[in-house]
Amino acid sequence: MANKIQTEQLQQRGREYKYGFETVIEQDTFPKGLNEDIVRAISQRKGEPDYLLEFRLKAYRWWAQQPAPTWAAVEFPPIDFQDIRYFSAPKSMARPVNEAGEVDPILVRTFQRLGIPLREQERLTGVAVDAVFDSVSVGTTHQKMLAEHGIIFCSFSEAARNHPELVQKYLGSVVPPTDNFYAALNSAVFSDGSFVYIPKGVKCPIDLSTYFRINARETGQFERTLIIADVGAEVSYVEGCTAPARPENQLHAAIVELIALDDATIKYSTVQNWYGGDAAGRGGIYNFVVKRGRCAGKRSKISWTQVEAGAAITWKYPSVVLLGDDSVGEFYSVALTNNQMQADTGTKMIHIGKNTRSTIVAKGISCDQSKNSYRGLVRIAPGAENARNYSQCDSMLVGDKAAANTFPYLEVSNPSAIVEHEATTSRISAEQLFYLQSRGLDTEAAVSLLVNGFCKDVFKTLPLEYMVEAVNMLELKLEHSIG
Amino acid sequence: MLRIKKLKARVKDGPEILHGITLTVNAGEIHAIMGPNGSGKSTLARILAGHPDYEVTGGDVHFQVNGEWQDLLGMEPHERAKAGVFLAFQYPVDVAGVSNVTFLLAAYNAIRRARKEPEADAFEFRELLVEKAALIDLDPSYLDRAVNLDFSGGEKKRNEILQMAVLEPTLAVLDETDSGLDVDSLRIVAEGVNRLHAAHRAVLMITHYQRMLNYITPQFVHIMMDGRLVRSGDAQLAHEVENRGYDWLKETA
Repeated sequence: MANKIQTEQLQQRGREYKYGFETVIEQDTFPKGLNEDIVRAISQRKGEPDYLLEFRLKAYRWWAQQPAPTWAAVEFPPIDFQDIRYFSAPKSMARPVNEAGEVDPILVRTFQRLGIPLREQERLTGVAVDAVFDSVSVGTTHQKMLAEHGIIFCSFSEAARNHPELVQKYLGSVVPPTDNFYAALNSAVFSDGSFVYIPKGVKCPIDLSTYFRINARETGQFERTLIIADVGAEVSYVEGCTAPARPENQLHAAIVELIALDDATIKYSTVQNWYGGDAAGRGGIYNFVVKRGRCAGKRSKISWTQVEAGAAITWKYPSVVLLGDDSVGEFYSVALTNNQMQADTGTKMIHIGKNTRSTIVAKGISCDQSKNSYRGLVRIAPGAENARNYSQCDSMLVGDKAAANTFPYLEVSNPSAIVEHEATTSRISAEQLFYLQSRGLDTEAAVSLLVNGFCKDVFKTLPLEYMVEAVNMLELKLEHSIG
Repeated sequence: MLRIKKLKARVKDGPEILHGITLTVNAGEIHAIMGPNGSGKSTLARILAGHPDYEVTGGDVHFQVNGEWQDLLGMEPHERAKAGVFLAFQYPVDVAGVSNVTFLLAAYNAIRRARKEPEADAFEFRELLVEKAALIDLDPSYLDRAVNLDFSGGEKKRNEILQMAVLEPTLAVLDETDSGLDVDSLRIVAEGVNRLHAAHRAVLMITHYQRMLNYITPQFVHIMMDGRLVRSGDAQLAHEVENRGYDWLKETA
């Protein structure tokens, strides 16, 4: 009964956020707090090999010595890490499940409602999905078809058991467990996530994607994604995420590692729609994520596209280490903040190999009383002959109470480098809106035109169906702020 | 086609600017409203288009659409545009990131949909636009540039006339379209207005000076002072104002 009332209240609260519902399901949840026993218990629950437990414990011990970082241009009260639960899984998921057909019907319905059909006959044809619910992957579609191409696409837990040689070789190789505070936290307690391996010369025939859903109260989500594209391989990967609308904050601290070998291409797209809190700034997800790719091979390419429209606080910098000669890194981003949301996001492009090129296109839209910062580093190492970077950072302000910042950092240690940076700030004004309306466009069409115009360089890098979703998501949020 | 009756209006929460304007414009007519700065001319133009900064405190405005009288003030700005009202802005607004052609195609099709006419595709629309742009001496490169961004004053005004020519309104309200134009631009803009003018259309020109009227001949000239129309006449009245200024009208008002 209590659950039902809560659910109704949540729906009430999240009227503009249709994903704000909560699934009532029996969960197996750890007690609050973090210590070595919790770390061991997570590892045990997942039936992990010893090397992973060692990896976790090392990370935990380092993390326990570190103060939480405070340098980002975001404000929040200190997080009590002993007041969070580090594992929560539906009881029906006690045994590992491979095919979506075996998944608890409640979970199938939940993902159905989120637009992610898991059942064989209903699933999306053009994309394979790994569905993650709190701390576990509940199902991965199209695995058989992908296996025929030699592609491994499975939950991280499954990969740790079935492909230990790959996991052991690459886990932590791009983001070491001691990279930073939240990377160490994730490395200690990560629960699930997705694993992708594309073998030599294979172009993945469909998009791969992971959908992250937070459901349990007072629980953090700490997932890990590891994608390896072997020599000449190509893959396009998309992630989406939502959470219930609640008055408390919840922590999401993930790690994504990408490795591209010679001539390999990885395209990683994110449509982030975590609950962002209400107009008074209550609730929402703290989205503290470390995403990094390594262009390990010659002529390899890693491209990040992110459309960030949710989360109370977003703190992340999808980056590329350009190690291989002639490798290419790209970062395309739209970050929209409304209500009292805060975002400090951008990228790092680390040029090490010769003739490496990177492109950064970052668009920030700040509405209401929100705060939106772009922070980006372009580093040209001494040996990076003929490196090229082009950065463009544009901010759009909606209303007069929102804030936008740009923090570009340039470290050029090779005189042959050419680094360009452009930045603009504009404002959607009532006068602009009226001008468009006076030509026959209703508010919706006018906003759509403005948003598309501002973001088109980023939108066009998304896979088509996600582009439509991203455009709709931004328009909906903006209309609310401008309307 | 347009009936304004005892219209009173103010800037939201500000003092009253229009103190009861009554004006009827019929199809086929060209009207000019002249008056000194601050007399309320531009306020009237913006209220006709539905500018959100103003509040109507009295009177009414009706507009004829397909022979039927409709309450103009009850319509949203985009509905007024679809009904056939066009305001050429005194200060056209720039819109970064949105090209002229994208903007105009969206507006054109929105209006075509409202009129239940078939929509244009991007290719045929570009042809139409290039043709119209040539008539007002606007280089086709302007079509792919962001709306009004970094346009000169004269280019902005010509862009307004381009929009008018494409959207083909039944009532064109020109808010000081002549201000800031050199002689050549003035002639081009005026020709654009004359070209659009037809028996089923009407033009309401707001102007400070008589010089625009050398190119566009109004049948009716109205003088507005302190939020009231103090005198109406024919084109001769404009010349009289040009010679004598406005003060003599104040005394007779």
